[in-house]
Amino acid sequence: MAKMLKLSAVFATSALLLAGCAANEETVPTESTDQLTGTLDGSGASSMAAGQEAWVAAFQTANPGVTINYNPTGSGTGRDQFEQGLTFFTGSDSSFKDEELATPHPNCSPADGPVFEFPIWISPIAVVFNLEGITSLNMTADTIAQIFTGEITNWNDPAIAASNPGVSLPNLAITAVHRSDESGTTGNFTDWLAKAAPNSWVLNGENAGSIEAWPAEFGGEGGQGTSGVISAVEGGQGTIGYADASRAGNLGTVAVGVGDAFVPYSAEAAAAIVDVSPLKSGRPETTLAYDLARDTKESGVYPVVLISYLQGCMDYADDSKAALVKAYASFIVSPEGQRVAAEAAGSAPITDALRQKAQAIIDQIQ
Amino acid sequence: MTTMANRGKSQIRLGDFIFSKLATFAGASILVTLAAVAFFLFIQALPALSPDAELGAQAPDGPLAYVAPYVFGTLYGAVIALLIATPLAIGIALYISHYAPRRFAQTLGYIIDLLAAIPSVVYGLWGILVLAPFLNPTYLWLNQNLGWIPLFEGQVSATGRTMLTVGIVLAIMILPIMAAIIREVFLQTPKLHEEAALALGATRWEMIRMAVIPFGRPGIISAMMLGLGRALGETMAVAMVLSPASIISFALLTSQNSNTIAANIALDFPESGGDYRSLLIGTGLMLFVITMVVNMIARYIISRRAEFSGAN
Repeated sequence: MAKMLKLSAVFATSALLLAGCAANEETVPTESTDQLTGTLDGSGASSMAAGQEAWVAAFQTANPGVTINYNPTGSGTGRDQFEQGLTFFTGSDSSFKDEELATPHPNCSPADGPVFEFPIWISPIAVVFNLEGITSLNMTADTIAQIFTGEITNWNDPAIAASNPGVSLPNLAITAVHRSDESGTTGNFTDWLAKAAPNSWVLNGENAGSIEAWPAEFGGEGGQGTSGVISAVEGGQGTIGYADASRAGNLGTVAVGVGDAFVPYSAEAAAAIVDVSPLKSGRPETTLAYDLARDTKESGVYPVVLISYLQGCMDYADDSKAALVKAYASFIVSPEGQRVAAEAAGSAPITDALRQKAQAIIDQIQ
Repeated sequence: MTTMANRGKSQIRLGDFIFSKLATFAGASILVTLAAVAFFLFIQALPALSPDAELGAQAPDGPLAYVAPYVFGTLYGAVIALLIATPLAIGIALYISHYAPRRFAQTLGYIIDLLAAIPSVVYGLWGILVLAPFLNPTYLWLNQNLGWIPLFEGQVSATGRTMLTVGIVLAIMILPIMAAIIREVFLQTPKLHEEAALALGATRWEMIRMAVIPFGRPGIISAMMLGLGRALGETMAVAMVLSPASIISFALLTSQNSNTIAANIALDFPESGGDYRSLLIGTGLMLFVITMVVNMIARYIISRRAEFSGAN
């Protein structure tokens, strides 16, 4: 009997030890006792495709019964497909337009019921350049705007020199490289210029605003996709372009002027912009659509970012889909989910403040 | 005997019947497909053509002003490609048909046919990663020394991703099909014509000029038109190589080049929506019409020239 007791004690302690180990392991926060099963289809922005791949892989490892398909069709097509009832969630570079909020979504219950959206993907956009021997430059938003509108055409321009004392700038023509396809990266980059450099970012005497298709009046060189821009910048001398920061590689990068300081891109500085930005007004509480404060003077904020949203129904007609969306969305916003994406694709993890707001919305999905 | 003959006859009739129907079906399916594509393009493009279409910032001056630079770019790029490819293709065809040793000629023919099998995306990658940087110093030289010619004026692109590079890539892409067709036609030259020319004391070059080329002229023209057709519709390589802008410009070496219709659709379609998407499909309809017109002109030229070819 004593032997039995001793044995059971050993088992109990080892069980406790094992349990302790398990608790230390990183787990999916919303893992419920019921095993999740089913298939969930989504589509949308190609900018977050690498992040979605990482999330899907990690989520499916934790939930072997679940299959999630994310089709990087582009944001516009993604929102269309959600509207047609083909998909259950959307990744989008832009928040719902007002008329899209008003249109019915067949997979929601009721179809014209509320939808949710919140940022899940924050990606700094780096301004990259190729100048021999120079790896970093300071530039104000106005300078960058003038380069991309074709006002500043040479690297030895006084406007660039003024921000970079001690750097010897070559007498070399600037080739500004932009995206030749329509892209959310261009949209966010130009949105920043329109707000932070309203007096320089002008087309035909007016603020050019946020544009997705590059106007011919600005000139410059076009490259297809992020890789097209990067290879054009790498391939030429005196080139400058903008691209997802994770793809900057060995190119020189610009620290952009915010207030009186120059901020180089970093994950923390990029994520910080959401916390200093107001929500768009007059929208349902379940939509966290931010009006990004690109012209912020706050120190340590990098305002050239691309923010992508996760969008779906607050109440799904099919309850099994609701459970899947809930679990998947919770995983995406969790520290673990954001870490996985940052490792795979170089995105900036969202801040805790944003995570709490997003999780509060996710908890109401049914 | 009679019964067997009858049975045999009826079997042939059944086979005849099936085969003639199959052939008719195959022939008709081409027309039906073509009509269906044209119909699809027209229906989908219709919303953009109505006067109250919301085309937004992309096409503030209406559909025609929008598509004009792309029509120009499509034709310009294809014509440059044709100007480069035609003499080369004729040279290759002549070498294979009349100059190269027979065994070597066959191998060379296979290799050229192989070029046609390379996917266009590979040509695009090669163009952007190898050809453009390689050509850029030449472009700088052209601009510095011949910049007074309008074609070479302007600020030279720093990366070499210009209209001229696209023209060269397209020329290489259409070269195999053109060389193959022209070669086949040259090989058809009646031996009597050639021998007659030689017997009259013509050198080999004179024989080619007097007998082979006049005979092959319709073949050369139809090869040009096929090449032109492929160059007009080429999408991937142009989208990857060209640095585009929506302007009309004859300059060959700058960063601002007129985009082509096909490449513009490929670049803009994924993120487009609403009436703008219809407009893009409308530009596809435009390309369809251009290609058809080009082919009709080609048919006309061939039918006219056939009488003077010297082949009859």
